[in-house]
Amino acid sequence: MTESLIFEQSRAGRFARAQAPVVREDVELPADCLRAEPPMLPEVSELQAVRHYTRLSQRNFSIDTHFYPLGSCTMKYNPRACNTLAMLPGFRGRHPYAPASHSQGFLACMFELQEMLKGVTGMQAVSLTPMAGAQGELAGVLMIRAYHHARNETHRNEILVPDAAHGTNPATAVMCGMKVVELPTDADGDVDIAALEQAVGPNTAGIMLTNPSTVGVFERKIEQIAKIVHGAGGLLYYDGANLNAILGKVRPGDMGFDVIHMNLHKTFSTPHGGGGPGSGAVGVGARLKPFMPIPVVGREGDRYRWQDEKDLPQSIGRLSGFMGNAGVLLRAYIYMRMLGHEGMRQVGEFATLNANYLAARLKAAGFELAYPRRRASHEFIVTLKRMAKDQGVTAMDVAKALLDYGYHAPTTYFPLLVPECLLIEPTETESKEVLDGFVDAMCDIMERAARDAEHLKGAPWTLPVRRLDDVRAARQLDVAWRPEGADA
Amino acid sequence: MSEVPLELKYTSDHEWLRLEDDGSVVVGVTDHAQAALGELVFVELPEAGSEVVQGDACAVVESVKAASDVYAPVTGEIMGINENLGDAPEKVNQEPYGDGWLFRMRLADPDALDELLDAEAYQALLDELD
Amino acid sequence: MAFIPHTEGDVADMLAAIGAASIGELFDEIPPGLRADELPGVPEAIGEMEITRLMQARAAEDQGALCFIGAGAYEHHIPAAVWEITTRGEYYSAYTPYQAEASQGTLQLIYEYQSMMASLTGLDVSNASLYDGASALAEAALMAVRANRRSKARRILLPRTVPPVYARVAEAIAGTQGIEFCRVDYDAATGTTPLTALAPWEHEDVTAVVIPQPTFLGSLEAVDALTDWAHARGALVIAVVNPMSLALLKPPGQWGTAGADIACGEGQPLGVPLSSGGPYFGFMTTREAHVRQMPGRIVGRTVDLDGKPGFTLTLQAREQHIRRSKATSNICTNQGLMVTAATLYMSLLGAEGLARVAASSHANTRRLVETLSALPGVERALSGPCFHESVLRFDRPVGPVLEALANRDVFGGYDLSVDFPELGHALLVCATETKTAEDIAHYAGALGEVLKQQKVA
Repeated sequence: MTESLIFEQSRAGRFARAQAPVVREDVELPADCLRAEPPMLPEVSELQAVRHYTRLSQRNFSIDTHFYPLGSCTMKYNPRACNTLAMLPGFRGRHPYAPASHSQGFLACMFELQEMLKGVTGMQAVSLTPMAGAQGELAGVLMIRAYHHARNETHRNEILVPDAAHGTNPATAVMCGMKVVELPTDADGDVDIAALEQAVGPNTAGIMLTNPSTVGVFERKIEQIAKIVHGAGGLLYYDGANLNAILGKVRPGDMGFDVIHMNLHKTFSTPHGGGGPGSGAVGVGARLKPFMPIPVVGREGDRYRWQDEKDLPQSIGRLSGFMGNAGVLLRAYIYMRMLGHEGMRQVGEFATLNANYLAARLKAAGFELAYPRRRASHEFIVTLKRMAKDQGVTAMDVAKALLDYGYHAPTTYFPLLVPECLLIEPTETESKEVLDGFVDAMCDIMERAARDAEHLKGAPWTLPVRRLDDVRAARQLDVAWRPEGADA
Repeated sequence: MSEVPLELKYTSDHEWLRLEDDGSVVVGVTDHAQAALGELVFVELPEAGSEVVQGDACAVVESVKAASDVYAPVTGEIMGINENLGDAPEKVNQEPYGDGWLFRMRLADPDALDELLDAEAYQALLDELD
Repeated sequence: MAFIPHTEGDVADMLAAIGAASIGELFDEIPPGLRADELPGVPEAIGEMEITRLMQARAAEDQGALCFIGAGAYEHHIPAAVWEITTRGEYYSAYTPYQAEASQGTLQLIYEYQSMMASLTGLDVSNASLYDGASALAEAALMAVRANRRSKARRILLPRTVPPVYARVAEAIAGTQGIEFCRVDYDAATGTTPLTALAPWEHEDVTAVVIPQPTFLGSLEAVDALTDWAHARGALVIAVVNPMSLALLKPPGQWGTAGADIACGEGQPLGVPLSSGGPYFGFMTTREAHVRQMPGRIVGRTVDLDGKPGFTLTLQAREQHIRRSKATSNICTNQGLMVTAATLYMSLLGAEGLARVAASSHANTRRLVETLSALPGVERALSGPCFHESVLRFDRPVGPVLEALANRDVFGGYDLSVDFPELGHALLVCATETKTAEDIAHYAGALGEVLKQQKVA
């Protein structure tokens, strides 16, 4: 069953009349400014649009409909209250340039959010403006750069990045004009300290670390790493991708980090939205405070106001047209208030409990853990290299087969250094029954791999489409619909 | 087993070079490289006339799952590129040593080829990788 | 326990399966000295009922004024269906559509979005969105440097008529990557960029020229002449446009003889609420020849193993998770949910509905300007046509006037005196289709009173 394109449902002259002004007013503009042909937009009724996009929605997996154990993405439940309350008319309709006199309600939420994020991370100040994790990273590395430049150490242009890191880390460092120095990971998943000692030097600007790391284990030598990097004059950057694992238990500020970004769409449960909007708020220690991206919210007496270039003249500047993804920030604020400090602590505890339980059960069922000697953090890695070798069933095949069981696939082929891997993150909001059901499905797949590998290689079988031809998609690029006969 | 024609020169980055009668060299990626990359969907080539230094990233071969740099195997000038790859990147998969060539270069130093691997040495390198 | 389903029995069973005595034991690899005892600044938990009361009170505090501010964020009517559908859990709580088979809904929607944006801007291909309009310009500048291989200068001409904050953001994001932004002056009488302002670069290597339409001041640039000037010098053209205006205005793909090469801008007018400045979305379209230089995600149509049509992310090899330090950008997530809203909005309005919204906004702003400039001490600052914003010049500083208007629950506009001092005491005003004749009369009445009460400085 396919759902035709909205354009194929169009009929000339049709549109949702209730949604547009009753008349088309005259336009007094020079003819050479105007367009000759109307754009090709759908011509459908309101019902047609509603039905089409409702039907399309039903062709998605989502947290609200399926268990979604996507490693490093923290697909936890997004409480509905966060959306409902962030969409109250007073928030939804507030213009970004509304005067502070008429913005105290919103600014109070933002100020308190800054304070709460400081509290859970142990940092000295927070700026909420970065619009996604990758932009938070950019802000972080730009601050490190600005710090060294302000000290006339412009030669510090090397950023150390573990080889297991998320691809955004090296991409961001290069965007900031830095050179990337890769650090190897040792057999138990920790940073290789000897290699780190070799790598640091007078050109070290800083190190970017995720802790727990992308291989799903806590970096045990973090204090030693901090000492080495600080000793060399570099700064420590904390990638908050895995903050959920330690929320309320350990704070990046206490580990020695100078700057962090938080993915509010992971740890603080704002929606992923099918690919954004995210929010990558940054926290800084005292050294980087003057360089924070603007604006931030300040309080004077019982009044709140924006702080901008005048308050922070050394700021790395503005990263968005206004103040970042304000509506996302409101959702994070509501979530944090509903959890409170005790709830924060439980997030880290139960995320870790669920991951260790799932790891223990899968191990007992015969799956191979990539780091069997380590505690799982909030996620862990299963390697299927044996299944791939013996039965020719790859991590990709298992991921696709899980879809037929009604489970979203875990992250596959990341981190790059573990072959045929599944990175599994259950999150704290899933119940034991759901985890048990997932284990049953994995066992079923393992049994099937021995008996009927071809079935798995052809999966999924029950979704709207089977595996797609990616090569054709890239070679015969079709990224925009055009009516038959129209010029390509 | 991937094919390693005897008459060509090779680099450890899995490129091959063929010396032409006019002293220019034709450059491509080896059979081993195309197999490792998988089906190619795009090839980005340098501009004709540009000067490259040995080791410069001067072209990109892109499959669905990876994009890899092709490094200038020697120092010199890019004399021409294989325009046909724009529409048919799969040529690199099908005929890596034939119609799937990438670009033609004029050597800055004619002796530079002597520094490169011959077929035997490249084959030894491949054997080591297995 | 907020949103955590475990019973005591569950916890006991799970710990037994792990072989741990307590949850605390699961953290035994963390050096004891690092464990946090307190979380200062985080209050006690409150329930949904309490947070609802708190948020309602705070939202009400900020509500109720009549808003005539535009300046990059525009109040349009958003059909109820847009956010009813957009916040369905299947869109709202899904991840980036990496598992194509389990994400056909989002993928097909993005494909439809890309088709709409390509047509609206008159170009071939669109990405699946960027963060917002300002950062989209920064990405467009970086893209132009990659796409224009003949230019070695990494020099982008940036007119002052581009929103000032876009220039600041472009500088913060792309400035550190060795891109030189040269500001091009404008004609303060018309609020547009004359060709003569480009003269200093007549014989220079220019990578790209940015052309806004409409300008930040609401005026309309001579886009054809500017585009041809750029192309004649081997520079690419980056159009910064309001997508709403393109229901009426000439699309960037048709500017000048050859058309703009890249179009980008702020997608907010297409069904995204003002919401204090975000989340919005940036859009970007280009010619097919440049598609591999375009940052962000792109969805393509293909077929599955059975030959059935389907959708998937394509050209992913450009992206950070594969190219790592050589990616076109570090961008990964984009503004998917906002694109969902925009796609619904454009589907409901269609070309005719969108044109009506644009025409009403244009007509209302004209009425507003006529009404306000009839007051003593207020005049139109710019000659020439405007789209749905215009500049008024006052006989006194604008700040105190705006403050007094706000006290009467009217947000009078955006004060231009900091960024455009040569315009005098200038105010940027906007009236979209949401403003009625009564609203405009109300603004005029309030302004009349304020001007009478306040003395001219």
